[in-house]
Amino acid sequence: MSESSLRVVWVYPDLLSTYGDRGNALVVERRARQRHLNVTRIDVRSDQSVPTSGDIYLIGGGEDRPQRLAAERLRNDTGLVRAAENGAIILGVCAGFQILGHEFVNDLGQREPGLGLLDVWTTRGEGERCVGDVLADVDPQLGLPQLTGFENHQGVTHLGQGVKPLARVTAGRGNGTGDGTEGAWRDTVFGTYLHGPVLARNPAVADMLLKLALDVNALPPADTTWYDALRAERIAATTRPA
Amino acid sequence: MAGTESEPTGARDASLPARAKIAVTAGKVAAAVSRKAGRGSGSVIGGKVALRLDPDLLATLADHLDVVLVSATNGKTTTTRLIAEALRAAGPVVSNALGANMPAGITSALAGGSEARFGVIEVDEKYLAGVARDTRPKAIALLNLSRDQLDRAAETRMMAEKWREGLQDTEAVVIANADDPLVTWAASSCKKVVWVAAGQAWKEDAWSCPACGGVMQRPGDDWFCQECGFRRPNPHWALQGTHVIDPQRGAWPIQLQLPGRANLANATSSAAVAAVFGVSPQVALERMRGVSAVAGRYDVVQYQGRDIRLLLAKNPAGWLETFSLIDGPPTPVVLSVNALDADGTDTSWLWDVDYERLAGHPVFVLGQRKLDLAVRLEVAGLQFHVVDSLEQAVRMAPPGRIEAIANYTAFQQLRKVVAG
Ligand SMILES: [Zn+2]
Repeated sequence: MSESSLRVVWVYPDLLSTYGDRGNALVVERRARQRHLNVTRIDVRSDQSVPTSGDIYLIGGGEDRPQRLAAERLRNDTGLVRAAENGAIILGVCAGFQILGHEFVNDLGQREPGLGLLDVWTTRGEGERCVGDVLADVDPQLGLPQLTGFENHQGVTHLGQGVKPLARVTAGRGNGTGDGTEGAWRDTVFGTYLHGPVLARNPAVADMLLKLALDVNALPPADTTWYDALRAERIAATTRPA
Repeated sequence: MAGTESEPTGARDASLPARAKIAVTAGKVAAAVSRKAGRGSGSVIGGKVALRLDPDLLATLADHLDVVLVSATNGKTTTTRLIAEALRAAGPVVSNALGANMPAGITSALAGGSEARFGVIEVDEKYLAGVARDTRPKAIALLNLSRDQLDRAAETRMMAEKWREGLQDTEAVVIANADDPLVTWAASSCKKVVWVAAGQAWKEDAWSCPACGGVMQRPGDDWFCQECGFRRPNPHWALQGTHVIDPQRGAWPIQLQLPGRANLANATSSAAVAAVFGVSPQVALERMRGVSAVAGRYDVVQYQGRDIRLLLAKNPAGWLETFSLIDGPPTPVVLSVNALDADGTDTSWLWDVDYERLAGHPVFVLGQRKLDLAVRLEVAGLQFHVVDSLEQAVRMAPPGRIEAIANYTAFQQLRKVVAG
């Protein structure tokens, strides 16, 4: 990262900010400031070029047409792909997760190329839309507590050899493939279907992104009282028999 | 509120075809049974029974009326009320004033059997095209479109598209908000459009052009798409400060009891609708002044010896308008959020709301999803208290009138609590 300031790039809020995605940017900023880190948030609209010098890139969820427009513009712009080649930390959520993969089905029913930053591809689910609260156990290699979040998607995301599942659902559908996988990751690129937003429900994931950006194993403690209370309440509500 | 606003007269029923008459009677019986069973006004169940017996009933009932339809994401109940008040200057009005805004509720309201001249009808966004086809309205007011209940609603832009397709053949005069690109897109295929510059504080659902997907340019109050040329039409009517500007450039002061910029906008659109029926802005606005609360919204109530103003905010655009009308710090603010089915079960939208604007207010948080709100406020860097009840919030709140802002079912619960 740059010496002076941690650069958090929020990619295309004009197209991909439908499910409270601003929350992920706000939580990363807040968790960084609580550690007295200098943070600069850069919101990049889809008629602007994506800077390659960011530390953390957030790309959120959106509806079908904006998702296609975002994929087109990101392919043409190449900024995010070049940032990834430089080892940037990237978190894609829902439509943003699909765009990070090889391809997805767009609003016209056609196969739309993504950025190929994650070895995944997305087809359209035949069944009901996946909507509701999710609980998932994270890949042990990441050393994170259980994920909680809310999913709302029709896509089914298949994982290739080049990625690992981010988590395995214990409630909810996740990638929709029926094998319980949720999200995908490799190196410093992460994709998930969870919003809520995901970092507000899982501050440990926000802290992981910060640790990767700072290249440290630990951060000074920062209060998580309200996050913990919310997590406990959501986990209880989601595991309670209906 | 068919039962109270327009008592059955019998005269109107006598003029209905036999099938419609049976349907209206059956609907009334069902509504009465539902009321007896303590299940609200019974208007929806009554309408459902009646519509099942005569699917054309809505069209039949509307046939005798000059119909005005009102639709939007926010403000449709209030605007329906304002238009109804204004049009009473020209004749009796029947209206679904309690907000039962789907076909069954609308049918029930119109079946009140009044000798009304006007039917002023609030319509749920999803049903607008169908209701417009059935009721052949003289005027349709389109106020705004924004994200709402994303876990089950269609895309906001798709809603604009549905309106556009469903209304393109309407004979109605369409009164549309020129400051909302999605509403403009919906209305711009209609034959007769009266454009109203009513403002739209929330912009996050219209950054991409509804026509071509290009990035929208939004300097000041203007908006346009550089790629296809779709742009803000020149308005015939405008809200300027606290005045309605009519098409002849006459300026009329708006003096409402209802607070806030959004209601000034609603009054401006209502004046434009009233003018379609020959009611002048002066007369229309004078009559709108009489409205003090709409279905409990904006009501100032006494509870535990304190004044509390009840404010409903269901979605990010609604919260934004609500923050702009509350009294400044140190006025205490109570926030209550639920995520029941009627609210939408996904709380992610809390992060689209600028709670940072509450800095300096003592803030009290309750409701089913108070912990979601607590995290949101913590990240906003605010001081706040999480409480278990309104009573507890009121006990802890410093002196002064309390502003209570709640989403849909949380608002209904607050009303029940203060009613004792
Ligand atoms: Zn355009």
